[in-house]
Amino acid sequence: MTAVPSAPLSRRDWLLSDRPQSRMQARLGRAYMTWRRFSANRLALLGLGILVVLILMAIFAGVLSPHSPVTGDLAGARLLPPGSPGYLLGTDEQGRDILSRLLHGSRLTLFVIILVAVIAAPIGLIVGAVAGYAGGWIDAVLMRITDIFLAFPKLVLALALVAALGPGIENAVLAIAVTSWPPYARIARAETMTVRNADYIAAVRLMGASPLRIVLLHVMPMCLSSLIVRITLDMAGVILTAAGLGFLGLGAQPPLPEWGAMIASGRRFILDQWWVATMPGIAILLVSLAFNLLGDGLRDALDPREAGQ
Amino acid sequence: MSTAVSAHDVTVIYEDFKALDGVSIAVDRGKSYGLVGESGSGKSTLLRAIAGLAPVASGRLEVNGRTLAPRRRDKAFYRDVQMVFQDPYGSLHPRQTIDRLLQEPLAIHGLSDAEARIARALDEVGLGTGFRFRYSHQLSGGQRQRVAIARALIVEPSILLLDEPTSALDASVQAEVLNLLEQIQRDRGLTFLMVSHDLGVVTHMCDQLAVMRSGKVVERLSAADLVAGRIDAEYTRNLMVASKGFVRTSA
Repeated sequence: MTAVPSAPLSRRDWLLSDRPQSRMQARLGRAYMTWRRFSANRLALLGLGILVVLILMAIFAGVLSPHSPVTGDLAGARLLPPGSPGYLLGTDEQGRDILSRLLHGSRLTLFVIILVAVIAAPIGLIVGAVAGYAGGWIDAVLMRITDIFLAFPKLVLALALVAALGPGIENAVLAIAVTSWPPYARIARAETMTVRNADYIAAVRLMGASPLRIVLLHVMPMCLSSLIVRITLDMAGVILTAAGLGFLGLGAQPPLPEWGAMIASGRRFILDQWWVATMPGIAILLVSLAFNLLGDGLRDALDPREAGQ
Repeated sequence: MSTAVSAHDVTVIYEDFKALDGVSIAVDRGKSYGLVGESGSGKSTLLRAIAGLAPVASGRLEVNGRTLAPRRRDKAFYRDVQMVFQDPYGSLHPRQTIDRLLQEPLAIHGLSDAEARIARALDEVGLGTGFRFRYSHQLSGGQRQRVAIARALIVEPSILLLDEPTSALDASVQAEVLNLLEQIQRDRGLTFLMVSHDLGVVTHMCDQLAVMRSGKVVERLSAADLVAGRIDAEYTRNLMVASKGFVRTSA
């Protein structure tokens, strides 16, 4: 077929073309459609905006912070209220600027979120997809293991792990990851079971594809969107669990400006100096909310049942 | 004339249900063989058993003179035998472009020259390269079925299993796809094993056919016999009457 000479397309028409000329154009067009569905949801955009701000805060924490996050002015600036000159959000009991601590704490929050997602999601995806596709005793064994993990209360299991491994933010991440993969395995398995008997999987099997190839290239992509949505919605819970472990003194250790640990240390004077515990609390609230809004938007944008249209 | 596909006394059992009960057929090389019967008669199950997608409990399947293992098939088998499914809306991966779909068999069998082969396969089924980077949801039913045929042909099989390839399409598109299949068969000398509930399609396409009912072959006959009405089994006669459709009888 020859290319039809035509007026130059606008970028939007090029993206929405139903006759893409290259692999790249097809992929970009699909991404653009997803973005359009996503951006129709104003609240989801707000969530995305908050998270972009969080990431920028984490990157530029060193430049943005007016003071050191770990050493304070014990003599001159203890427990100053918000709005004091030089200390926008006030100071804590050791004279440390709360704004600077929040900015640096965003790095820890991102560190926890990213590591948990990177560890837990692939484990859940692989376990679930393999169990769902293989069926039989492989399915039974993998799912009973998943059930065992699901049977423990999340925070208690995380506590036990941290107690065994020793307190610290890395161990907290590990504990949260170990306790958060089972729901992902369940979702991946359920999605796999719905597609494993589809004709398009049978067609690939008839091509002579190995089970590994089928699971990796043909089944897993079908599980991804519901998994991404679920992980995003779970991130709020992960942040809260990390904060909870920090609050109990089992997560980040002083003087790290982890938000949960900051609340814990502010708890003692919450009635007289409310801002010490409240500021990190608001930060946790905002980020958790942002993840929930983002997850909702992604659910609409990535809905696999809608993607066919 | 040699036999391309044969089944000897094949039985397929799903849990407690006997989907195929001692079925034997023999398909000559380069010919079309039709399987007809009502829904649930086991005609699709026979195709799936040959393709290795149904659990064969007993019996023997042969393709090009080689006996097939009941479950496992090797890659050479899949280069010889390919299948086109009934529902073109379900047989194409919803997240893959046509390009990606057609690349998969080439990647699995390690065939070189993918670009040219994909372009040729699309040309052969009358879909030009303009369709190459579309997703399946951007195609009509007939176009999808053409893609499914292109995918089956791209590994250059000698035997094509057709599971009601046109029953999900509307009448005019049905004719197009049937003509395409006929032409491909002439060009490549393929052996067709075709399932249909439409006697008209089968008599048009096939030289020989078997009539099936509840997992058994009721009758084997040639298309010419069917047209001439040389029918032995009562069931075949009923099927024939049914396929003529509703006839208004004068009061």
